[in-house]
Amino acid sequence: MSVRAFLAFLAVCAVIGLLAFGLLSKGEAKIAVGDPVPDRELPVLGGSGQGSIADYRGRWVLVNLWASWCIPCRQEAPVLDRFARRYRKRNVSVLGINVQDNSDDALAFVREYDVRYPQLRSIGDERSAAFGSTGVPENFLVDPRGRLALIWRGPVNRSFLEQRVAPIVEGHS
Amino acid sequence: MSRRGDFLSLCVRNTPRTLFVLLLALAIPLAPAMAAAPQTSVNAVEAEVMCPICGTLLELAESPQAQRERVLVKRLVAEGKTEAEVKDALVAQYGPAVLALPRGSGFDLSAYLAPAIAFVVAAAALALGVLRWRRAAKPPGPGATPAASGPQGEDAERLDADLARYDL
Repeated sequence: MSVRAFLAFLAVCAVIGLLAFGLLSKGEAKIAVGDPVPDRELPVLGGSGQGSIADYRGRWVLVNLWASWCIPCRQEAPVLDRFARRYRKRNVSVLGINVQDNSDDALAFVREYDVRYPQLRSIGDERSAAFGSTGVPENFLVDPRGRLALIWRGPVNRSFLEQRVAPIVEGHS
Repeated sequence: MSRRGDFLSLCVRNTPRTLFVLLLALAIPLAPAMAAAPQTSVNAVEAEVMCPICGTLLELAESPQAQRERVLVKRLVAEGKTEAEVKDALVAQYGPAVLALPRGSGFDLSAYLAPAIAFVVAAAALALGVLRWRRAAKPPGPGATPAASGPQGEDAERLDADLARYDL
């Protein structure tokens, strides 16, 4: 192979590599029931220190991705808070992850809706991408071993929690 | 001496101290105004940052998230933050994806360097191509054998015969 042909081959490889990188880096994560929950240490909203879903290993965790500007999140937050208080002693926790938001607005939301369940904060949409999220709110039920038991891409209400979530956590806890 | 005279003589005796007090008196009302004086405008920032959810410039976005981001920008500008400080605060809140233009450091620097390097390489390749083309088109020197042009041998004879036939 001549030097010129080799250089041309390298140039073509570089272009194809760049295109592939562009396509792959834009792809969203695909997660399914039974997969390990995407997890990483995140700052605690309005507090010091870090937290993660793994901190709740051994318990059922309903992970709620939310943002203060999201209107359905306002209707959902009190429902989730009641669920969290009702199921606290039954080995179930609710964990909020604030995404695509700014911390002042998020804290104002938590105060306004008197949300008591723990909150983490993801800067930007890194966590949304990890969950393959298409918007907010989205909810993910994680089993005590850290695997996804239910994926719900939308807001939850009382009947959803009673009919879809409660049977799972009561059946297994 | 009058009270006014007493005061003036006191000021003259303590000139440095008087000057300090005067400067302090001037500085106190100015300080908050200077601190809060806008260093940039909301429009200037909006044109250079993104609404990360919408995937468009903030100045073009009207989503609820964009509206909240705009409120934050307005607050930071009103606090007297510079454009760079406002951008830093936005990155801290929304991540680096909030910047419409890549930063001029680290890996992002390649966004500016790559086109410049590509331009230089393309210009060099063009110059090299032109040089080669000119060298190929250069007429042969005086000692060089003229290249044969036109038909030779039998072809030449046949051509001459054909031309003679059509000669008027």
